[in-house]
Amino acid sequence: MDWVDLVVIPIIKGALILFILLTATAYLTLFERKLIARFQVRLGPNRAGPFGLLQPLADAVKLFFKEEVVPGHVNKPVYLLAPMMAMVPAIALFAVVPLGPDLSLFGRRIPLHMGGDVNVALLYVLAIASVGTYGVMLAGWASNNNYSLLGAMRTSAQMISYELPMAIIVASLLLVTGTMSVVEIVEQPRPLWAWLWLWLGFPLYFITMLAESNRAPFDFPETENELIAGYQTEYGGFKFAVFYISEYLHMLTSSAVAVTLFFGGWRGPFVDQFPLLGPVYLALKTVAILFLYVWVRASIPRLRYDQLMSFGWKYLLPWSLLYLAVTAVLVVALS
Amino acid sequence: MIPLSWYLAVAAILFVIGFYGVLSRRNAIAILMGIELMLNAVNLNLVAFWRYTQPDQVAGQVFAIIVITVAAAEAAVGLALFIALYRLRGTVHIDEIDLLRG
Amino acid sequence: MEWVFFGLFGVLALVGSVGVVVSRNAVHSALFLLVNFAATALLFLVLGAQFLALAQVLVYAGAIVVLFIFVVMLVGNETVDDFVARERPWLRWAAVGFFLVFIAVAGYSLVMSGWEAAKGLADYGAVERVGAVLYREYLLPFELASVILLAAMIGAIILAARTRPPLGRPEE
Repeated sequence: MDWVDLVVIPIIKGALILFILLTATAYLTLFERKLIARFQVRLGPNRAGPFGLLQPLADAVKLFFKEEVVPGHVNKPVYLLAPMMAMVPAIALFAVVPLGPDLSLFGRRIPLHMGGDVNVALLYVLAIASVGTYGVMLAGWASNNNYSLLGAMRTSAQMISYELPMAIIVASLLLVTGTMSVVEIVEQPRPLWAWLWLWLGFPLYFITMLAESNRAPFDFPETENELIAGYQTEYGGFKFAVFYISEYLHMLTSSAVAVTLFFGGWRGPFVDQFPLLGPVYLALKTVAILFLYVWVRASIPRLRYDQLMSFGWKYLLPWSLLYLAVTAVLVVALS
Repeated sequence: MIPLSWYLAVAAILFVIGFYGVLSRRNAIAILMGIELMLNAVNLNLVAFWRYTQPDQVAGQVFAIIVITVAAAEAAVGLALFIALYRLRGTVHIDEIDLLRG
Repeated sequence: MEWVFFGLFGVLALVGSVGVVVSRNAVHSALFLLVNFAATALLFLVLGAQFLALAQVLVYAGAIVVLFIFVVMLVGNETVDDFVARERPWLRWAAVGFFLVFIAVAGYSLVMSGWEAAKGLADYGAVERVGAVLYREYLLPFELASVILLAAMIGAIILAARTRPPLGRPEE
């Protein structure tokens, strides 16, 4: 471990991952708009560039050139802090996702992840998910606007409620894998029953993911038709763009985490011969989960707020507890 | 290696600041925040003692875990109390909560 | 290296705690509380207690501070009045005096301290070790703590559940 390993390589890796993540996020917005358009038998954006491929660029240019307005009635420091608090956890979540097997480059062994091999990586995922609430909450409070405040209060209640089932399902995963290192979770061989059982639990996890990233049908913080976009109401221009990007970033990173935890991450045929296939498999699987996100948004209408809470506490939590209990029995009985 | 006493000093200062918050504030929520600061300082002490005196026994960390549990329980009950209080009196300033004063 | 981290996070924790007791706005106080908890979690990492560090973030930052901000939003953003400055200004000087005495004592103990380097460590902060000890040797306290949590949960629900017709403060 010399300074190249400690400083230079992490910085290069970090910059590369950030660049890829942000580009992917930009195209995720196009992906979603195109798909939803197809679900609704429309064409979707198709003016900027071939097949609308330059649309994200056009959106970005438009948003960045808007005037920066800070409304007079807001609590300024918190108002400016909130977009950052929304974005940081969305990016930080990606740190534990392994992108592929270790690379050998210039005689060095380069692990393709930022820190997935620590023995508390699973806890890290949960911890980051739990601080994801702050951006929305603070934005709603600092905006000094009744609709925004309502959106913020709903979010904080919603996220705390759905964190519990998420943590319980991750605990079940821990029972099956026996390790908290995400790298080991991807690389360890697993019997067939374990895979099947994990996939059985994935729908539960996916529901909590939807709620944690504030996506339809759980998009209560921003409900356009009752809260006039909730916490985002007082934000415009670049600051709005940051919220928008962080929602999509959060979708992207949480999908990548889900793929890593439940679907073998970068593993796939021929990865042992060609290590660079790893990131490709990871990206393909992530796109599959993102498709699920969009599919759900296009098909399922938004719940009512009391339905959301009672679903979380009366159905999701007992189910996930049952899943945990059965997992424990299975692990003892079958291994 | 940092001497243990530095950790203890940081923890003690944190504790005292929390104590100051408890004594000087009149908003019940802010008082609860002061109490959380004090509990947190205690945790820092416990972990530092664990690390420096008995690192091969996890007792110090177990203590800290239980303190965290109690802090969570305390925050939940305390804040619920304040909500009930707010419904009853329309304020959470403890100076104005003097129902027993004739 | 360790000194750098200790200094950085220690100062951050102190700044956060001072912010909690000084700022006049309850939400700002809660945010400073968040800074303090995060810095303490980082100090736990420096001390080698990885599990506790993340548990700290999960419980304090993820739940307790959220709860604080939630309640502040619910009861309205009451500014946090500085009672001392208003009614008993001499108390502030007394506090400063006590603080100086305290710093002197703490400084003395720092200089004279006999505790030195920590003993060798074989990854006892890891989740496996903590879990094994927690569920074997300390099973009874652990279960008691969970009973406390259950009691607190039920108590909080009963306290906060609405027992009167919606909203509307009672007449006095």
